[in-house]
Amino acid sequence: MERIPILKMGEFLLVTIQVDMHDQLAMNLQDDLTQRIVKSKAKGVLIDISSLEIVDSFIGRMLGNIAGMSRILDAQTVVVGMQPSVAITLVELGLSLQGVRTALNVERGMRLLRTALGEDEESDDGLED
Amino acid sequence: MTVLKTERLPLRSDSDIIRMRQEVRAWAIAIALSLVDQTKLVTAASELGRNTRIYGGGGDVTLEILENGARRGVRLSFVDQGPGIADVELALKDGYTSGGGLGLGLGGAKRLSNEFQIITAPGQGTSVIITRWKL
Repeated sequence: MERIPILKMGEFLLVTIQVDMHDQLAMNLQDDLTQRIVKSKAKGVLIDISSLEIVDSFIGRMLGNIAGMSRILDAQTVVVGMQPSVAITLVELGLSLQGVRTALNVERGMRLLRTALGEDEESDDGLED
Repeated sequence: MTVLKTERLPLRSDSDIIRMRQEVRAWAIAIALSLVDQTKLVTAASELGRNTRIYGGGGDVTLEILENGARRGVRLSFVDQGPGIADVELALKDGYTSGGGLGLGLGGAKRLSNEFQIITAPGQGTSVIITRWKL
């Protein structure tokens, strides 16, 4: 079955979507990522969608699901690299990707994850958000 | 109004949907739509293609390049012989879904198009026709 590779970089998982997403591929990625988060005890997930030429409601829902599931599994998700034309279209479509953290590029996304992780460790006494 | 080019593609599998999206992109580029308008058209096509496949039980799409005076446009007609839609108003509402989706497909596709037409009745299948013009 066709799958999108998931790379591990320290405490983070890195996914670069470089193919045209079809629905089954999106579902596989969702399943694979949740399993990898648990298996690798990852604290963060970075998804690079800079090669994606469209994000429709199905892919948008998948991104939201991944963010939600990873949060429950104690990992943060950042979606990076969305093309401006995709962002404009998404909003008009009616999707605002609520609950999904975004950053302009991989570098900023990594910084966001590191910051979030640093804050997590500092607030281990139970205070959150 | 003249039809300059036409082509029909099946919508029965995930790979059909991908092929359709690539074709729609190529046709949008052919009439020199801006990148944002290309993206809107392809996204609307992706939503409607999924509806045809999932809710309509498969069907096909006809792509056309239209010429109206100095204007050119791409018209896409999604046709299935599925169960049809009883309440079109409701189906167009954001958040309404009869399946497992987000309920943005039909209403979203309408917002992403310059022209939108739906012909459906229970047991009669569904046709959704959208057009995006090069303005």
